[in-house]
Amino acid sequence: MRAPIAGIALAVGLAAAGLLSLRAHAASNPQVVTIKLPATTVDFKPGPNVATAQTNCLICHGADYVYNQPALSRTQWTAEVNKMRNAYKATIADGDVDKIVDYLMSANGKT
Amino acid sequence: MTQSRRRFLASAAATGTLVASGSAAIAAGGFVDLPMTNGRRPLAKFPQKRELIVQSTRPPILETPFNVFDGSELTPNDAFYVRWHLAGVPDTVDLGTFRLNVGGLVTMPLTFTVDQLRRDFPATEVVAVNQCSGNSRGFFAPRVAGGEWANGGMGNARWRGVRLKDLLTKAGVGANAKQVRFTGLDHGILPATPQFMKALDINFATNPDIIVAYDMNGAPLPLLNGFPVRLIVPGWFATYWVKMLANIEVIDHVDDNFWMKTAYRIPDTPGNTVTPDQTGYPTIPINTLRVRSFVTNFADGDKLPAGVQTVRGIAFDSGRGIKTVELSSDGGATWMPAILGRDLGPYSFRKWQIAWTPPGAGPYTLACRATTNSGETQTNVPVWNPSGYLRSNIETYKVTV
Repeated sequence: MRAPIAGIALAVGLAAAGLLSLRAHAASNPQVVTIKLPATTVDFKPGPNVATAQTNCLICHGADYVYNQPALSRTQWTAEVNKMRNAYKATIADGDVDKIVDYLMSANGKT
Repeated sequence: MTQSRRRFLASAAATGTLVASGSAAIAAGGFVDLPMTNGRRPLAKFPQKRELIVQSTRPPILETPFNVFDGSELTPNDAFYVRWHLAGVPDTVDLGTFRLNVGGLVTMPLTFTVDQLRRDFPATEVVAVNQCSGNSRGFFAPRVAGGEWANGGMGNARWRGVRLKDLLTKAGVGANAKQVRFTGLDHGILPATPQFMKALDINFATNPDIIVAYDMNGAPLPLLNGFPVRLIVPGWFATYWVKMLANIEVIDHVDDNFWMKTAYRIPDTPGNTVTPDQTGYPTIPINTLRVRSFVTNFADGDKLPAGVQTVRGIAFDSGRGIKTVELSSDGGATWMPAILGRDLGPYSFRKWQIAWTPPGAGPYTLACRATTNSGETQTNVPVWNPSGYLRSNIETYKVTV
């Protein structure tokens, strides 16, 4: 969880010479801003159906979002998985919902 | 410096490109324990940012360490918190191709470059607090799911830009306009994920305090705070402050997109609070900030030396302005008035301080309470709602002298 985050580079491109004449501010303001976001360093810990959780959950968000939650009940985790399907349109197969909830309960569940 | 980096810099100098920041990484073992269950978070430097508390790497959600608020009323850009909903955050923005569109129910759809916004409209400035709807969610009891912030999901900045009203006037708002909807460049990973959009009533959208900002504390916005332009809605929760704002759309109905109709809603009950087992109550979109105050130079659990102490803090509200801040050293039984700092406008953090001499050694419960010019005041009753919004009760700090 605390492994180094991969390199971050930030490149700021200034205006081409022709654009710099538009206004004084342009000389100090970037025309192109590019960032490189750090890679997620947290992965799902081993547990039941971990592959199903990885396949479905990590498309849209990192595993740290799961571990940073308070321990949730089975009802709460089920609601979260259903929110991902219904609201955010995650393509989770019907048969995978319970498998993912099993995993989430093992990872950060309140029994 | 590596050979390739040196070469890149040499070539960059030749082409007018500047590398503004190098690599960064989580310091070995760098983490913070927020005072909540499952509260351990890594610290890391993200692009254009100093070391912040990582609530989520993807999408990026970064919390400002609370001691930052003991500095200037204006939160430095590199310390300003970050919160994106969807992992599709563009990693590059080119002002040569970026356009802000104003369309929908207007007489004349318009398209602007950022340079046109800077050049063709009067610039206006406002100092305003930007606070996440769920700031302090991690302190809800019982806990609720979501971004598990401590109190650092907020910041205060001087925003400079053009009035939204001026853009709408130039485009000409249609007679049947009901709301104005705002969309940024961010998107979900799956095409079907609802794009982040927020809407304001047309009558409110023409409020002259609402601006499309291109500068933050005198510099362009960090990309993670919404470069190149961001909607500024002073006094309202940050969910409306759409980042990387690209589309302004006048619509003839109350917006029913997911982020207005389903997400970011609060109970329409007294105090917007409910009990955890309560159901069937009506909800409304979250709206204005509630008055809050914090001590910034002491934390819960601190040990203080004997003798006179200066207790410092900040207060803010939705724009009525702070009338008083009071400090209690006996858990709220008695209160002493604090001295307010300079006034940067009604939407800003207001600093306060008070000299407090503990009568002797032992434990004390400090508490601070702000009251607005309209009489709104903090109470010691925490709000509770299932999404973890609007926390604003009196903060307490157990200290030992």
